[in-house]
Amino acid sequence: MANASADVNAARAASRDVPKKNALQRFIRQLDLQMMVLPALALIFVFSYIPMYGLLIAFQDYKMGADLVGNNWVGLKHFKYFINAPEFNTVVRNTLIISSLKLLFTFPAPILLALMLNEIRKMFFKRIIQTLTYLPHFLSWVVIGGMVTSMLAVDNGSINMFLEKLNFIDKPINFMSLPEYFWGILVTTNVWKEIGFSSIIYLAAIAGIDPHLYEAASMDGASRFKQIYMITIPCMMPVIIIFGILAIGNLLNAGFEDILIFASNPALRSVSDSLDVYVVRVGIDNYRYSYATAIGLTKAVLSVTLLTIANLIARRSGNSLW
Amino acid sequence: MTHYSFSDRFLVGFIYIFLILLAFTSFYPFWNSIVVSLNEGMDTAKGGITFWPRSFTWDNYKVVFEDSRLIQGFMVTISRTVVGTITSILFTAIFAYGMSRRELMGRNFYMLVCVITMYFGGGLIPTYLLIRDLGLFNSFWVFIIPSLVSVWNMIIFRTFFRELPQGLEESAKIDGTGHWGTFFRIVLPLSGPVVATLALFTAVAHWNEWFIASIYIMNEKLLPIQTILRQILFSNIATEQMSNMDAGAIARMNEVKTVTSKSLTTATMMVATLPIICIYPFLQRFFVKGVLVGSLKE
Repeated sequence: MANASADVNAARAASRDVPKKNALQRFIRQLDLQMMVLPALALIFVFSYIPMYGLLIAFQDYKMGADLVGNNWVGLKHFKYFINAPEFNTVVRNTLIISSLKLLFTFPAPILLALMLNEIRKMFFKRIIQTLTYLPHFLSWVVIGGMVTSMLAVDNGSINMFLEKLNFIDKPINFMSLPEYFWGILVTTNVWKEIGFSSIIYLAAIAGIDPHLYEAASMDGASRFKQIYMITIPCMMPVIIIFGILAIGNLLNAGFEDILIFASNPALRSVSDSLDVYVVRVGIDNYRYSYATAIGLTKAVLSVTLLTIANLIARRSGNSLW
Repeated sequence: MTHYSFSDRFLVGFIYIFLILLAFTSFYPFWNSIVVSLNEGMDTAKGGITFWPRSFTWDNYKVVFEDSRLIQGFMVTISRTVVGTITSILFTAIFAYGMSRRELMGRNFYMLVCVITMYFGGGLIPTYLLIRDLGLFNSFWVFIIPSLVSVWNMIIFRTFFRELPQGLEESAKIDGTGHWGTFFRIVLPLSGPVVATLALFTAVAHWNEWFIASIYIMNEKLLPIQTILRQILFSNIATEQMSNMDAGAIARMNEVKTVTSKSLTTATMMVATLPIICIYPFLQRFFVKGVLVGSLKE
């Protein structure tokens, strides 16, 4: 992405060298190469770009069977309806709270883990810790939902048993159906699932740091803690910033697989309904296609805006995504 | 490096303890589920099952493997994982090889077309209506075709192909081998680690995916195991699995008598998890090749 402008320049230079009338001939001569990419591009066109065209139904009253041009155009009706809907405040609030909490905890956690793993000199121990912390990444949300439900169960759930043994609680708590625990359970589970696997990126960044820096620092008498603070973290900054930008672009994606699984209990809707989950319910379950598309479009536009702003800010530090 | 001060030792000691606790937390829920699945259901209901089965039995698994609905679900999952992974990796790798060639005309435009889809899309409902109009409802191919091309994987493959020594491909060109021949005879055999890693990630995504089936598939016979498992676990009917069993499984259950709905769902969960858990540790050393560090920023 960063070298896109360089590519464009190269392409311009190339097109100056070769007269334009040869373009078709050149294309035919490299037809076997083009055939490697054109089928894939056709699929991308069908499954990514046709749905973008389909976003037009957000401005229509979609009727089954009618084509996109034949529907009634209603302008911003569905957007206005969403803003005035009783669910609007709940859905927007939950989305922002859930995604902010996720950003706050799931983003720094793997960085901390990578820093800790880097201090381990016994390779065998390090390897075992890595293998075990990668494990939850490979479990499906369905299975994790089952495990968490069983861990937090009122009758004989491991967590309730443990807390009772330590006398923190008198009687078991029904964690899975009380709204006040929902965000905590959701964020903890997300950190638990991805902390190990996400640390791979940061470990790779640490592995690329010049060892001479540490030698020089330890000769100057810098402690391990000081070396982490003065060398490792600054050297990881480019990677941290790039993933930070991506995380901010994802701010409106509060995630929905995990929420759909953990909030199958309708009693939790006041805390669990996020934009994505709401779109699934009104769109797929209640067949309100135009209304749900309007909400989805609003979210997508806001996400791209957030990403662009985050990127602009990061560009000042010289580490932008594009 | 040999000299550690007191505070350094304290720091390292703290890290060891913290990592052991973290690894324990990562592993315990999984281990506890294995133990529950291998314990007699009636006995589990008394509570206190943590690290080791108290009353060991294979009965839960025997009932699971008698249930034709679950077997069918496993078959769907295995088929979509095998077919989906092979086709997607091959298709995406060929695409990426084409995109990695500097002489490809329209390369920058093609790349722009790809990158836009990483940041913006039509979203759930327009995609849903498209899938319906394409006639992919209640079709096995809804698992395969929409996910045939992965732009992320294409970029990772492309980065890897570009780092291969240029000389190899040039010698192939002198021998008169075309792009397709070069890809299959030279590039693909040299790409073992990155193919293995991306194939694992793709396979895991297919194996664990449940949402697509929950909105596009109404035919019970085409539901993958994860979607069935979700119905069992979260249908709010405690005995959903038992009430939907077939005659063979019921006969087996009456025979063993100690199986409960919890022990049965836990065993089902484990069957739906173990294949993946047994594979990933062996590919672990390749993982770095499959993450996006170098590829995102070129």
